[in-house]
Amino acid sequence: MARLLILFVLMLTPAQALDPGEALADAALETRARALSQELRCMVCQNQSIDDSDAPLAKDLRQFVRARLLAGDSDAAIRAAVVERYGEFALFRPPVAPHTLALWAMPLLILLFGVVMAWRLVGKSARQNTSTPLQ
Amino acid sequence: MPAPFSGQGLTPILQDPALAAHPPLLYAGYVGFSMAYAFALAALTGKEDGQDWARRMRPWILAAWVFLTLGIALGSYWAYYELGWGGFWFWDPVENASLMPWLAGTALLHSALVAEKRDTLKRWTLLLAIITFALSLSGTFLVRSGVLTSVHAFANDPERGLFILAILGLFTLAGFLLYGLRLPHLAADRPFQPVSREGLLLVNNIFLATATVTVFIGTIYPLILDALGMGKISVGAPYFNAVFAPLTVPFALLLPLGPLANWREGSMRPLQNKLALAAGAAALVTCGIMLTRGAASLMVVALFAAALWLFFGAAIDMAQRLAPYRARLHKFWSLPASAFTAPLAHGGLAVMLLGILAATQWREEAVVAASPGQQIEIAGVALRYDGLREVDGPNYTAEQARLTYMSGPHQGAHLYPERRFYEAERSQTTEAAITTDLIGHLYAVVGEASGDKRVLRIWYHPYVALIWLGAVLMALGGSFALATRLRRQM
Repeated sequence: MARLLILFVLMLTPAQALDPGEALADAALETRARALSQELRCMVCQNQSIDDSDAPLAKDLRQFVRARLLAGDSDAAIRAAVVERYGEFALFRPPVAPHTLALWAMPLLILLFGVVMAWRLVGKSARQNTSTPLQ
Repeated sequence: MPAPFSGQGLTPILQDPALAAHPPLLYAGYVGFSMAYAFALAALTGKEDGQDWARRMRPWILAAWVFLTLGIALGSYWAYYELGWGGFWFWDPVENASLMPWLAGTALLHSALVAEKRDTLKRWTLLLAIITFALSLSGTFLVRSGVLTSVHAFANDPERGLFILAILGLFTLAGFLLYGLRLPHLAADRPFQPVSREGLLLVNNIFLATATVTVFIGTIYPLILDALGMGKISVGAPYFNAVFAPLTVPFALLLPLGPLANWREGSMRPLQNKLALAAGAAALVTCGIMLTRGAASLMVVALFAAALWLFFGAAIDMAQRLAPYRARLHKFWSLPASAFTAPLAHGGLAVMLLGILAATQWREEAVVAASPGQQIEIAGVALRYDGLREVDGPNYTAEQARLTYMSGPHQGAHLYPERRFYEAERSQTTEAAITTDLIGHLYAVVGEASGDKRVLRIWYHPYVALIWLGAVLMALGGSFALATRLRRQM
């Protein structure tokens, strides 16, 4: 019950983003920090990024990201470090890998499939047009 | 166990007038699509293979679509002002659950038009009607069963989930089974020209179907992977944005051509000059925006250009439709409603896209720990933090901050953001104070104490109101289409 209540309260806490003084002075680094933060999941929240959440854990992770950026790490290295800690579940943008191939390829495949189907319908029209004019 | 003195109460962030209208609107949309489903099944079971079902189905699709459009827009607006930082779309599973039937329903709206007018694409339209209703049902299942975690999942119950799943399974399987059995007996689609209104509507359907599948797979992929024991992943906003941005550009570029093309055999040649005008106007405005504001990426430039082209294309479409009535434009009520259907809906989409782009690209943010008397600069105006006071509401107590405009057109005006505590529910909400400048919003939120100071979060959301204005225009376009149809039937 207590756990449920905690979950309930967490779920209802409105999103509030950064705290004062968290932002980096370097505008370019801060832009990267924001972009990265929006891709990282707050692990104790209901489907919020660490950029949107005011949970203490999200704040820790935001500070972690900024510290690593200041240390000169690349975005990929920071993502990898977060995955090592929390698993791939922490990434809102899953990496392209064998198990996510269907996820990334499906939109393109559906689009191509649609184009092929439409092409066949229209091609049929072109063939028919030469013999019998449409109505 | 003794009965508690007071119940848990309604979740505080839901204690809001917009949330009284949001669910019924969505519901009317979902339920409306059951009529499309019913007509599709009737058409499949019947011996006659005419177009009558498409004609009868259309007003129901239109009505459902208008309700769903308004319902989603209202939900988005509520999230914007209530959740405390001005986000309007999170690609959250619960939002996606309503977006899927909307996308499929939009495709259905257009393909049913082709089925009705040109007696083709009928098999696809029937399938789409079944899919749209199935997606409406699966939305209910995803949202209410508790299989998903979401910021908006407010009433979950696995037992009820099983019941909804049974309904979903029954209607979906019955629909697909019947479709599969009858498909060989249905007349083949009559072929048509690629450059024609039906050809372009088919292109529209391909894009909308792709969008629907994208949202669907993005929403359920983590569930499937987890169920197969292949790991836990998250699919969130960055994925959907990455896929939707490149889809939106060609979609918006091709969209204005559809209503301008003729049925059967189209040629864009007679419209060449007007289209060139729209393209020129879009290019000019895009250049103007880039010169004054810059752009984060090439994709942003492409999206702006495509949205502007869509906007001017819709304007041309409306001008074309009103041209025969040039002499009596001032008598608004004598103009044909059909002149406002597609132009308003498509123009509305353009307005919404522009709002999304501007609000996400040009947002300004200030986060400070302020003491009374301190000034904060944002978006060219200065605000002074005056302090905090306690306020009692009917079922909450609140800390209310006061901010005063020190410069700009609102000089001297106050903002009163609140932080509310609901005793019965033991939770808190933030009530943002919003100043509207035509279509931009200054959005102030009061946060927690930080020593003897108070955290203030202030955003400037430029052009953000265009997002919901666009949705209202779309719904208006749909309403005009419905009005035209109903008048003709009477």
